[in-house]
Formats: sequence, structure tokens, C-alpha cells
Amino acid sequence: MENVISVKGLVKSFGRTRALDGLDLEVRRGEVHGFLGPNGAGKSTAIRVLLGLLKADGGTATLFGGDPWRDAVSLHRRLAYVPGDVTLWPNLTGGEVIDLLGRLRGGLDTKRRDELIERFELDPRKKGRTYSKGNRQKVALVAALASDAELLVLDEPTSGLDPLMESVFQSCVNEESGAGRTVLLSSHILAEAEALCDRVSIIRAGRTVESGTLADLRHLTRTSIHAELAGSPNGIAALTGVHDLVVDGDRVRLQVDNAELDTVLRALTTVGVRSLTSQPPTLEELFLRHYQKEEALSA
Amino acid sequence: MTGTWHLFRLALRRDRVVLPLWTILLGLFPGLVASSFASLYPDQAELEKFAASMSSPSLTAVYGPIWSPTLGGLTAWRSSIVLLIVCLATAFTVVRHTRAEEEQGRRELLGSTVVGRGAGLVAALLVALLAAVVVGGLTAVGTAAAGADGTGSVALGLQYFLACLLFAGIAAVLAQVAQGARTARWIAGAVLIGSLLLRMLGDAGGDLNSPLSWISPIGFLQRIRPFADERWWLAAVVLVVVAVLTAVAYRLNARRDLDAGLIAPRPGPARAPRALLSPLGLAWRLQRSTLFGWLIGYAVLGVFLGSATDAAVDAVQDSPDLADAIARLGSGASIGDMVIAAGMAIIGIGAAGQGVQAALRARGEESSLRAEPLLAAAVGRLRWIGSHLVFAFFGPALGLLVAGVFLGAGYGAASGEGGGAIGRVVGAAAVQVPAVWFTVAIVVLLFGLLPRLTTLGWAVLAFFLLLGQLGAILQLSQWALDLSPFTHLPSLPGGEVTATPLVWLVAIAAVLTAAGLAGFRRRDVASGG
Repeated sequence: MENVISVKGLVKSFGRTRALDGLDLEVRRGEVHGFLGPNGAGKSTAIRVLLGLLKADGGTATLFGGDPWRDAVSLHRRLAYVPGDVTLWPNLTGGEVIDLLGRLRGGLDTKRRDELIERFELDPRKKGRTYSKGNRQKVALVAALASDAELLVLDEPTSGLDPLMESVFQSCVNEESGAGRTVLLSSHILAEAEALCDRVSIIRAGRTVESGTLADLRHLTRTSIHAELAGSPNGIAALTGVHDLVVDGDRVRLQVDNAELDTVLRALTTVGVRSLTSQPPTLEELFLRHYQKEEALSA
Repeated sequence: MTGTWHLFRLALRRDRVVLPLWTILLGLFPGLVASSFASLYPDQAELEKFAASMSSPSLTAVYGPIWSPTLGGLTAWRSSIVLLIVCLATAFTVVRHTRAEEEQGRRELLGSTVVGRGAGLVAALLVALLAAVVVGGLTAVGTAAAGADGTGSVALGLQYFLACLLFAGIAAVLAQVAQGARTARWIAGAVLIGSLLLRMLGDAGGDLNSPLSWISPIGFLQRIRPFADERWWLAAVVLVVVAVLTAVAYRLNARRDLDAGLIAPRPGPARAPRALLSPLGLAWRLQRSTLFGWLIGYAVLGVFLGSATDAAVDAVQDSPDLADAIARLGSGASIGDMVIAAGMAIIGIGAAGQGVQAALRARGEESSLRAEPLLAAAVGRLRWIGSHLVFAFFGPALGLLVAGVFLGAGYGAASGEGGGAIGRVVGAAAVQVPAVWFTVAIVVLLFGLLPRLTTLGWAVLAFFLLLGQLGAILQLSQWALDLSPFTHLPSLPGGEVTATPLVWLVAIAAVLTAAGLAGFRRRDVASGG
């Protein structure tokens, strides 16, 4: 399958800080690709290199088969970008910014523009300086989604949106993907990635630590369970998929691979459950685990 | 007020280079002028002779009256340009630590910590107070050390101190009223220019008690009359005004919401007009109000200077001493032409300021990340920066044309020369263009190669201004004066024009610009932080 984005061993330093340290990334045509990592992992830097705003110090990056630095203008006709930190001109209205950015990208579907403004409940008549962070993001999102670009580059586009708008955003991305567009979605919210992405790349400290389909990621995804049981939790430690088990009288704390969740819950209810809380692992826990794995390997 | 001390220290930390630089340099200036005068005119008779040759209405209009023909009196008179700069510098400092902070969202961040509502405002005013003490103190000590009268030196220092406080108070109120820092700075600048024009109009009439001069803040401060029967009670009046301004600012600050101003913003159009839909269209939208502001300023100043020049010519013709002194300067030019040439030199520096401001706008767009979405669209880097440089290079050229037309028309009408004056004066304005472009090109070079230092463009401009205005008085050697592109311009109207220096200036400007643009194409675009 053809790669829209192909990055190998990308290096970028700012003074002594190494923001990208051998990053790899492959985004295939037509997929929604999650670009995951905690704050400061280098997601925005990688995106800016792909947009030709920053010059890489090493490695290769290609966009639609072209050089993002040299062919910036012609490549930019084929993509739309939503920055992570949207700043607007204080004296331009949201509607004016949407039209301007759409035009500079090479075209805007005005019907879709009006429809998106409606769906995101955006007031396009307000001046840039009066928008909240979430509304500034909506302006950039409407401009990007209403353009007819082949590739959408979205840098943490939902960090300022409320849950209602988050769901509008998710259905919009699904529509774009259904229309055959490629999406690169940078995020630090695992749930968002799970809802939208076909494949994900996880980066940490400027390096790719994991890349693959969501099914591949499932093995990383564990649910933590805290339970108070009616009796002693015998035999739970022996079940497959149970990790980090801590037993304290009739209280248990454990992590379980999602694939084995059903089996483990059955075992718990057999003993009898008084109370139970479960939560998916945060991205940070995943990184922590990656760190521990790397340390174990190097030891 | 909780947290004021911490915010004060934060502000000093942020300004640790700029604040000492301008306060100390400007504070030392009057002392330097005084010691230079002391060596140029060693006895009282020579001082009086010099003072007499300098008391024409047009010079009084430009610098203000000479209150006493003594070393101190002449120093106070000649340093009046420093008075204007300290007013502007203090006002900008206050806006920088109040409305600009708020606009950038940093006040919100700090406001959520244990910091009182008024702490930011009070901290900014404390910084201004500190600046006022340094400027005033250095002025008093420096002038007295150069041999001027002690009491007068204290009054001169007090004058500068009060000027800082007054404009700090004005800026503090403006920072509450205007919703944007740029607007606040603009109004502060307009207040300063307005009070300068009022004082010039008042003093040009020859009546030193003209009500126009008294209602002008600058004129009022100069009427403290350092070195000539100081009117100390005027200082008390200024302090009361400062107290009222501070109280008003504090009340407004306590009452309004974060990010709010007094003028509620109106909704704008939901669709962009066709004219906006290009980089140049956007740059026009961003730069047009500034451009119109400059053009109006040039027109007003032109008409005013044009008619004041004629008054100056009359005064010279009435005074054989003065006519003789000017004849000895010996350029062969008429007195009217000489005054216009001097005015045009100042307008030229103003035009360079306009160019620097327009070029810095591009850097502002970049560092606020507003250039990013454009450069991430199908807009090449040269197309984007070009859209702003059009205003940096051709805006001042248009401004000089306007200044030339209005100055020529004003002079022609007042002197009876008629429309013929316009052509000569427009020519005098046109020769400023190469030096203006040279200055702008330095900013473009910095933008391309050392983007973080782009704002040094203002320092370069201030350096050229001081070389031109005070270089001769400070008896600097020719190579130092030659550093300013404005030194190489012919003195027009009336002087002779040689093309060589003009061609060289334009050629060097072109090379610097090309180097800056090449640098910009090769460097990273600012990515915040």
C-alpha cells in the first residue's frame, strides 16, 4: 500500500535539546493514523518538519513522495493543517479566517463550510480576540475540514473542545475517512485514538516506541481492576492475562489484558463481588511500561 | 495587592537588559550635552551669543524655549528630545507589563495564583517609578557634575522624573481602556505627538505663555523652567495629576473583567471579502490602519512645519545678528530652505521608524504563530514575507511623498511662493528614501539571519537618530557620523545633489535585503517557546 507520509530516523535539535531522536512514521493512503505521545514527546516538532516549517537535522521525511522542505508550496495544496495552538488575528472574524485559510490552501467547499459552522455551533461573526481556546480550535477545524485536501494533519485538535464537540469532531473525522481522505491525528488521549484510528504510532522522547494497528495495540491495553470480594481470591494469579496482582485480605488490585477480561471477571464473580471499579490504562502508564521494558532489556 | 513584590521582580527580570540600557543611556545624555557645551562655549559671553542665535521661532518650536542663556539652561533646551523619548519608553514599559501580559494570557496564568487583582498594575507602575528615579537622578547628577547650577540640575532631573511618571500614569489608564496592547501603545504615542504639536504651535507664536503650551503635558513640564527661577509648585500639580491617573487606572482595573476593555467589540462579517483572500490582502488588512495613521501624521506635521518655516524666515530677517550667524554657516542656501532641510531630516527618521515598524510586524506575526497556518498552506515563504515588506519599503516612500507635498504646500501658501515650493520640497523628501530603505534592510537582515534579535531594529534607528541630532554637538568624529545612512544624504532643498551616495545606499539596502530573504528561506519558522 502507498505511503502518504514516510519518515525514517528523523532527527531535529533545538540547541542542546534533541526534540526528535530517530523518529519513524508511516501513514498509508486512506487511513486514520494516530500519532500518540505525552506532552513534549516531539509530536508537534515532527509535524512541523513534515510541513516544511522546520528543517530536519538528519533522517528522511517524504510527503506524497516529495520533499517537505523543498516542495513545500506544491505539497501544501494537497493538505490541510490544524495547529495544536491556534492563534487568530485579533481583528479578523472567525468566518474571515476560515475563508482566508481555505482560499490559500487552494479551495473551500462553501456548502460544507456552512454546514460545519452549524454543527460545531460556531459564531463566525466574532472577532479573533474574543474567541475562547475551544472556539479558536473550531475555526481552524472548520477551515481544514471544509477544504478539499487529500491529507488532514491535526495536531491535538480536541484539547480545548467539550465532550459534545469532541463527538461532533469524531463523526466528522469518520466522514472524512469514509470519503477516502488520509488523516494524521496527533493526540495524547488514548480513548480518542481508539475511537478513530486504524493504526497508531506511539512516540516518546522523540523516538517511535510502538507502531501498528489497534489490534496490535490491544496487547498493550490493559484494564486496571480494584475489587472487594466476598471471599479469598484463590487462583486468580494463575489466570492468563493477569498482571501486577496485589492481594490485601479480600481486596484485590490487578491489571488484566483486555482480551482476557471476560475470563477474569467470571473468576471474580464466582468468588462474589462486593464492589468493583475498573479503568482503562492511561497513556502515561503505557509509556511507563515501555520504559520499564527498555530498562529491563538494557540491564 | 498581594504578590506585587513578586510581579515587580518578575518584570525586572524580564527587562533586565532593556530597562538599564535605556534608563542609563538617556539619563547620561543631558550630562554629556552639558560637558560638550562647556567645552564648546567656555565663557558666559559665548553661551549668550550661541543662545541668541538659537532663539528663532522655528527653533523654539522644535526644541522649546531657552529659559536662560546659561550652561544649564542650554543643556535643558537641547536635551528636550530626550524628554520625548523617556515619555514614550516609560509608557511602553507600563503597557508591556499590563495589557500586553493580559493579551498574551499570562495574566490569567498568574491571576489564578496568590496574586491580587491590582498587583500587576502596581508592579508595572513600580517599574516605571524605578526608571523615573534612574533617569531623573542620573540627569541631575550628570548635569551638575558637568558644571551646571546645582539647583537647576535638580529641577531638570525632577522634570524628567515627572515626565516618566506622567506617561506611566497615562499608559496605565490606556492599558485599562484599550483591549489590545497595540492600541494602548498607539494612543500613548498619539498623546505624546499631540502634546508635542500643541507645544510647538504655542511656542512658535513667540508668546511663551501661550495657553496651547500650558495645556500640552510636554509644554507644562518645560515650564518648570530649570535653571531660570524654577517653578517648583508645577511639580506638585503634576504629582496630583499622576495620583489621579493612577487611581483611575486602579479603579478601572478592579472593576473590569479579564481581557475586557471599555469599548465592547462589535460582531463583524461572517464571510471574507474577496480582497482579503491573499497574503497581500491579509497584510493590507493588518497594516492599513497603521499606514493611514502615519499618512495623517505626515500631512499634519507637513502643513504645520511649512507654515512655521515662513514665520522663522520673517524672524531672521528682523534680526541682523541671526542673519549674519546663518550666513557664516555658509551653505549659500536660503534660511527657509535650511529650516525645511532640518525638518525633513527628522521626518526622514520618522519614515524609517514607520518602515521598521512595518517590517517588525512580520516578525510579530511569525512569533505569535499566526504566520504558521499561512506557511502551512500553499503560500511560499517569499510570498508571505514580501506581502509585509511591501509596506516596510513603500509605506515610508508614500509617507515621505505626502510629507513633501503638504510641507511644500504649507510653505508655498505662507511665503507666497505658491505651488513651485511643492516640487522642491518633494525632492527633499525623496532623497530620504535611500536612507530609510537602508534602515529597513538592516531589519530584514536581522529577521532572516538572527530572528530573535529583530527588534534590535529599533535600537539601530535610535542610534541613527542620536547620531544625526546630537553627533555634532558631542563632537563625534566623521567616521562615527558616517555610520548613519542619513549622514550621507544631501541637504535639500538648497544643497547640491550627487547621485553616488544615494545609489550606494540603495545598492547596499538591496544586498542586505537579499541576504535577509535568503536567510529566511533557509531557517526554521518560529515554533513558539
